Amino acid sequence: MLAKRIIPCLDIRDGQTVKGVNFINIRHAGDPVELGAAYAEQGADELVYLDITASVEKRRTFAGLVEKVARTLTIPFTVGGGIRNEDDVARLLDAGADKISINTAAVNNPDLVEILARRFGSQCIVVAIDTKHTETGDIVYIHGGRTPTERITRDWAMEIVDRGAGEILLTSMDHDGTKNGFALKIIRELAENLPIPVIASGGAGTRNHFLDVFNEGKADAALAASVFHFGEIPIPDLKRYLRENKIEVRL
Amino acid sequence: MNIAVIKYNAGNIHSVRLALQRLGIDPLVTDDLQEIRSADKVIFPGVGEASSAMENIRRSGIADLIPLLTQPVLGICLGLQLLCRNSEENSSKCLGIFNTDVRRFPPDDKVPHMGWNQIRDLKGDLFRKVDPDAYVYFVHSYYAELDTFTIATTDYILPFSAAMQQDNFYAVQFHPEKSGTVGEQILRNFLAL
Repeated sequence: MLAKRIIPCLDIRDGQTVKGVNFINIRHAGDPVELGAAYAEQGADELVYLDITASVEKRRTFAGLVEKVARTLTIPFTVGGGIRNEDDVARLLDAGADKISINTAAVNNPDLVEILARRFGSQCIVVAIDTKHTETGDIVYIHGGRTPTERITRDWAMEIVDRGAGEILLTSMDHDGTKNGFALKIIRELAENLPIPVIASGGAGTRNHFLDVFNEGKADAALAASVFHFGEIPIPDLKRYLRENKIEVRL
Repeated sequence: MNIAVIKYNAGNIHSVRLALQRLGIDPLVTDDLQEIRSADKVIFPGVGEASSAMENIRRSGIADLIPLLTQPVLGICLGLQLLCRNSEENSSKCLGIFNTDVRRFPPDDKVPHMGWNQIRDLKGDLFRKVDPDAYVYFVHSYYAELDTFTIATTDYILPFSAAMQQDNFYAVQFHPEKSGTVGEQILRNFLAL
């Protein structure tokens, strides 16, 4: 059976991992290459490297890093953060990324999703959606969750499927950082109705939250950062727990 | 050992080369017919669309060369599909090494089939030291049906050929270059054929 995927996310600034890491005894926890390899060793199914570097100039560091990651890593990885156009995507895929993730650029220019899917193939185009629950419904946010848009999350998700996105990375702004569990309702709404995989993100705090996001949220994959970085939930423990609870995972 | 990775307009050539380098092999990534013909082993990778890939390898002469190769050849992903007879993807006529057709998955579940899935009923040296039901990484929307030359089976929507072999031609639908230690073992097995 197709396994549910566990995906650690690494935030990168100026070529270094940002969040403190103490889950494993590696020499340079700040080194994204070593950390990625350690996660792969532990059983991560894929990795996401998110570039949160502010300046455009320093983004070149990131492409260099992607090359190093590609040389080392034996599992697929996605890169995102600040991708604005076809050239950015070509550069990162050439550097060895398996998939790229776009967010604000897709909202500002939905045609970009189509252009990228046609040129590089849907399988490597992940569209990230930051969603927030409001009185009027679930709304798409951009600029790293700072700016609300007019778009309804469900409608936007359907639009990008039509435009050729290969996967959706759905982050709940309400749940992100809370460790109170994933936003099961909106995750399920998308995961059940869309013909492409949905990666759920935001809110992971316990092993049980992952069980919920697969059982109740129907997510195809779950992404988290701090619970993995700080060793709160070791990936092998998480996967054994999920398997004991009848979730198909790769062990 | 002299390993040629066939260069054409396909997506995963770079990652196949990196995977071989991790195993200590520096392959020749080439579209030169003579270099491909004289290699000890040939890898035919591929991520992309079948008809444009076929057009590309017809133009370069690679399509005529491949059926004549006598050394071990490994098709990966689209490489597997191009080794079949026809593909439903834009009605492409392919190379016909494997006498079977490539079909699109029915929309009974999410397509593409993306992620880690198990391979079962493993046969032959390509799967030496690989556990039955091991997980490997797939990304594809089209599949080859089960046939007598199937050497590994995967279930997604329906059972399909995860790997095939006919004489010196081997092919895998999954990505050994992205399948962790299992994938490395399969690549090592191919290199040891």
